[in-house]
Amino acid sequence: MAAKVGTIGQTPAGLRLKHWDPSLPVWIGASALLVMLMALPLGAIFTTSLKDEAGVTLSKYAEVFTNRAFLSAIWNTLIVSFCVGLIAVMTGGLLGWLVTRTDLPWKNSVRALVMASFVTPPFLGAFAWTLLAGPNAGALNKLYRTLTGHEDALFNIFSMPGLIFVMALYSFPFVFSMIANVCELIASDLEDAAVILGANKWTTARTITLPLALPALLGGFIVAFLHSLSLFGAPAILGLPAGLHTITTQIWTLFQYPPRLDLAAAFSVPLLLATMLLIALQKKFLGRRGFSTISGKGGEKRLVRLGWARIPIFVVVLLVLSCSVFLPYWILLKAAFSKAWAMPFEWDNFTVQNFYYTLFQYSDTQRAVINTFELGILTATAGTLLATLIAYVTNRHVLRGARFLSFFALAPLVIPGVVLAVGLFIVYSQPPLILYGSVWILFVAFLTKEMPIGYSQAESTFKSIHPELEDASRILGANRLTALQHITAPLARSGLIAAWCFIFIGVIRELSAAILLFTPNSKVISVVIFDLKEEGQVGAISVLGILLLVVSFVIILSVQRLSGREVVSGREQPS
Amino acid sequence: MKTFEWNHVIPTKAGIHVFLLLVLSAMSTAVSMGQDSALFPAAKKESKVVWYTSLAIPSSTSIAHTFRTKYTGVDVEVHRTGSQRVLQRVMQEAAAGIKNADVIHTSDAGNFVLFKDKAMLLKYIPKTTEVFPAGFKDKDGFYYGMRATLSVIAYNPKIVSDVDAPKTWKDLLNPKWKGKMVSAHPGYSGIIMTHVVALVNLYGWDYFRDLAKNNLHLVQSANDPAGVVASGERPVGVNGAEYFYYKTQKQGNPIKIIYPKEGIPLVVSPVAIAKDAPHPNAAKLFMEFIFSKEMQQLLADREGLYTGHPEVTYPADKPKLKDLKLLSPDADELEKRNAEVRKRFVELFGA
Repeated sequence: MAAKVGTIGQTPAGLRLKHWDPSLPVWIGASALLVMLMALPLGAIFTTSLKDEAGVTLSKYAEVFTNRAFLSAIWNTLIVSFCVGLIAVMTGGLLGWLVTRTDLPWKNSVRALVMASFVTPPFLGAFAWTLLAGPNAGALNKLYRTLTGHEDALFNIFSMPGLIFVMALYSFPFVFSMIANVCELIASDLEDAAVILGANKWTTARTITLPLALPALLGGFIVAFLHSLSLFGAPAILGLPAGLHTITTQIWTLFQYPPRLDLAAAFSVPLLLATMLLIALQKKFLGRRGFSTISGKGGEKRLVRLGWARIPIFVVVLLVLSCSVFLPYWILLKAAFSKAWAMPFEWDNFTVQNFYYTLFQYSDTQRAVINTFELGILTATAGTLLATLIAYVTNRHVLRGARFLSFFALAPLVIPGVVLAVGLFIVYSQPPLILYGSVWILFVAFLTKEMPIGYSQAESTFKSIHPELEDASRILGANRLTALQHITAPLARSGLIAAWCFIFIGVIRELSAAILLFTPNSKVISVVIFDLKEEGQVGAISVLGILLLVVSFVIILSVQRLSGREVVSGREQPS
Repeated sequence: MKTFEWNHVIPTKAGIHVFLLLVLSAMSTAVSMGQDSALFPAAKKESKVVWYTSLAIPSSTSIAHTFRTKYTGVDVEVHRTGSQRVLQRVMQEAAAGIKNADVIHTSDAGNFVLFKDKAMLLKYIPKTTEVFPAGFKDKDGFYYGMRATLSVIAYNPKIVSDVDAPKTWKDLLNPKWKGKMVSAHPGYSGIIMTHVVALVNLYGWDYFRDLAKNNLHLVQSANDPAGVVASGERPVGVNGAEYFYYKTQKQGNPIKIIYPKEGIPLVVSPVAIAKDAPHPNAAKLFMEFIFSKEMQQLLADREGLYTGHPEVTYPADKPKLKDLKLLSPDADELEKRNAEVRKRFVELFGA
């Protein structure tokens, strides 16, 4: 394959000029656009953090890192993210293994429920958990008191452990999909060898499967860590009431009047460096998975029999999933249909007024719904297109220096939404180009933020498609763009549809960048929910949350039907 | 004026339409509320007024609804958030050259000192404000108190007995309330900003330092404690908008309000037209509308608010302002101490 690519792509520059490909401007344009998307906000952050009236200065950094409040926000963030990473790896890893390598019952339902946790925006989950486990009025704590007669609460969600718990619930699906993918690739022969040598199945799992999956587990830890590092909604909803700031909430308060963009920028830089470091580490771990055993799909796989533990383990799995899906959805439904959410759900507490009010009377709703889905569709379409072009360039080595492009396409992984928003706000709220005030600044933010997921999806899709067919069409006179359009893209269809879906879901649940970039005319549902949360409008939040979830599921399921593929879990459906 | 049904008049043929409007405007100038009939056609051309407000969502939504019904063809776009967020929004938009807001309304009078200093307000004197007391108007005529409320203590009578309930601000310092109280945030709410300044003037920052020892649950909006107390999540609210507690109570929720004898922060919430208002006539019409006696009376009856209009009557179960000892920090002081209050509060309460 490498040799093949070499003969196609790495033609000497002189030769390329002779065979001028008319599609070249498209490749160059897409690449330039990508570089600009990344370079502008990051450049703005660095310059703002280093600049004052007198010239270059490090005083902003000094101010940030001597302030006790800022330091404690950093400390809180590190503890929370570390614990979330650990819990997510244990939960996601175990579930991923159970679903792929054991005879756990109802596997497809388990997969579907993990997908549901993935689709649930963490801020919505956090909000639902305030109703479930608020120490005094929370439904679960009330139940606990009724059952045991205790005075105290079982669990206070407004605390550091509470925050960790909720964030882990919505981070483990990332680890799950990584582990499930790896486990599906591990052939059973090594495990068989262990069994033949007398190991029981638990020893086999511990000594063979676990070490094979270890790089993916470490990678999963880093992904979960990064995910929780960049979350804004959950810490704002669960941490602030208890007086706990994280880096993201702290940056957000720096936008209050009088705004301290300089400090926000200076505070963003370490977050940026930390995530860069982690991504580098992750690359190191995942890049090293040179085990021949998991490089191909060939080997035979056998399922581990769980035996007597099958049902108990299934119950535990169900318990985890009820924390991320069943319980939150139930309390949202209850709150949406109740006059008073904390009262028992009886006939005289039942109402549809919340729906009527939220959908027809509350003036923000309709515009936010339109903005959200407009942005979702626009970003997903533009993002998939751009990602496809870029992935094609890097994969087929259309341009020299193409491998740097992949760096730019993946760079937003290390840029938390809040940080990206700080950069974009600085760039686009002043001349020459003022996008602030319209939905376009959100479009740029979302496009940037979702680029890595779109790109990696498109990249891996192209990798699996051999360039022979393209070559054939090009020999017959097609240019690259025509070949891509008629040959490669149709072959890559389901992978690209999956990329579209991922971007769409990412956009409609985005809060951390939107919260700094919205204006009244460009509110999106997540921002409206956050606004309503600050005033404590429980009924309206629940209605909007349910709306968001229903639309997400409808879209995912219909795209899944269209493409005959399980989009989110990344698994081809047996047909 | 009230007898004319605008929405029946408007959809007739154009000629009659204009004629009727002329007749109507002539007639209603003769009637008490002259200005708005001249403003109405101009406002209609602008088609809407954009209102940045910190008034509770249900209240601001219902005011907008009343306005739309009365002035068919002129929409009100309500953008509701906390006072300090409104301030942040207005300032961010001004810095980016965005002209979006027509009418600005917060519960932090200090915000308006700042807006006025930065020449961001349009001078406009709603007709009825002549009769308003001095505390409800800017001496230069840029902003007027649209409504007033108090910041009070409240408790959930299902959980806390009347005997046990805190009666004074200092009662809240009792350690028996540890983990049982909720506070709103001065970094979000103008009502709470006023509350903190008033109580710091009364007791000094020591009061809040001691209060913080009781592990308060922090929410943002001054309206949020009502829901938190009613649900029982925290049975005692150490502050919060009295009108929202009152409304929540009227809806049948378990809430009792305490008006501490040591003094109660009075919060007068100003409203003004933005200098760069894209819909200036609609903005003026809206100002006339909210300061009309009918609307001010509605604010009292329907929303549980106090107003500056001397002829407005209040529900029998609400105390009269003149019977209460009121604490009202002035607007300049609120402006000057804004940054200090937010900083100290965060230092004491953590967020």
